[in-house]
Amino acid sequence: MTSLPLPFEVPVPADDVWSVSQVTSAVRRLIERDLGAVWVRGEITQCKAWSSGHWYFTLRDARSQMRCCMWKQQAVRAGRPPADGTEVYVLGTPGMWEDKGEFRLTVTAIIPTAAVGAQQQELERVKAVLQRDGLFDAARKRPLPAYAACVAVVTSMDGAALRDVCNVVRRRWPCGRIVVIGARVQGEGAEAELVRALGLVNRLVGVDVCIVGRGGGAREDLAVFNSEAVCRALALVRVPTISAVGHETDVSFTDFVADLRAATPSAAAEAAVPDRRETERRLQDLAARLAGGLSSRTSLAGERLERTGDRLSAAMTQGLGRHRHRMERAAVQLDALSPLRVLGRGYAMPTGSGGQVLKRLTDFGVGDTFNLRVSDGVVAARVEANG
Amino acid sequence: MKRKPDAVGQPSLADELERLEEIVRRLEGDDVDLDDALVLFEDGVRRLRAARDRLAQAELTVQSVIEGAGGDLEVRDLDV
Repeated sequence: MTSLPLPFEVPVPADDVWSVSQVTSAVRRLIERDLGAVWVRGEITQCKAWSSGHWYFTLRDARSQMRCCMWKQQAVRAGRPPADGTEVYVLGTPGMWEDKGEFRLTVTAIIPTAAVGAQQQELERVKAVLQRDGLFDAARKRPLPAYAACVAVVTSMDGAALRDVCNVVRRRWPCGRIVVIGARVQGEGAEAELVRALGLVNRLVGVDVCIVGRGGGAREDLAVFNSEAVCRALALVRVPTISAVGHETDVSFTDFVADLRAATPSAAAEAAVPDRRETERRLQDLAARLAGGLSSRTSLAGERLERTGDRLSAAMTQGLGRHRHRMERAAVQLDALSPLRVLGRGYAMPTGSGGQVLKRLTDFGVGDTFNLRVSDGVVAARVEANG
Repeated sequence: MKRKPDAVGQPSLADELERLEEIVRRLEGDDVDLDDALVLFEDGVRRLRAARDRLAQAELTVQSVIEGAGGDLEVRDLDV
């Protein structure tokens, strides 16, 4: 039997034969290496939102189509799946679905093209009316208080912004007070809640400054801070305001309406409260000047006494005696202001982990650790026995 | 734990410091007699002590405010 000619060379195992997965993974590597996230314009079809929360759809134009997926985390933020036929912009990363050998786009954001035009128009309108009404005027800006005792914070109760603000204030100004007025900062209802929260600030007693803002997010997540109603409510807050929306590069209309724009919520907190150590130094300086002022005064009085010596009446001598008594009392008071002076005489001050002074036996449990403050530093100590 | 919003009756720290600066300036000037100087000094010491006491508070107070159904404000301590 004559062998049939083969149309091509049959490979033998020694030849370089690729497996299916080698090809798909090589293609995947090529795609992912050369293409990052891109904006794509197209029409949505066959959109299916699975009970897992993920969305799968096809994006097409007149010539081509591609499969897309949007994972639950992003799909939740996008709201409702777009109806088939909707023209959209999507932000996605091209990739390869290796197990099916399918090319697909992993989408992180969807914006209907119609909404983009409308959004842009709305932004222009809000900007124009706020500008017309003077809400962006530099002349409106009020200075922040130098020593705020109470900071109102309008933000989400469970966002990172609140934690950041509290951490910074706790570090810089632990003697202060923070009052949080919670409001949703994105999605449905956020505008109304922010307006209401800003209105509440004016009903609080003793608030010195108000921070409004949120942590970073996608541009559409920050959109409510461009709302006319929110900007007007912010302008009506009676204490100085700081707007802190997103990251350094994000800019919102509230930034222009507030008395100060802070790059981040942490930066807003830095601006809102002073630094305790600096304030303590200022008080120390004032105490020294106070003491100096009085002692120079008394030496002046002493000089005058010498000059007028013999003409001094008994009444004036008595007067000076009275003064001396008061001066001594005042000096004792001044001395008492500095606990370190007491320590300098050989006393030590035990303090607990929270910095509180431990005064009684019941403040010391056996095995407890505490700090012993002496004139030139702190010693870590432990209770061996009690009573 | 619920609390009514507390009114702040005491002068602000800023006012206190401003008054202290003024006391020190007057005390350092030449036109105060000894009697007045002592009054100023004692006032200054009192204000210094008040300011120090205020700074010495170690624990930041964090509270949340919500508007109740009747429009009343409810203040709660918050653990953040």
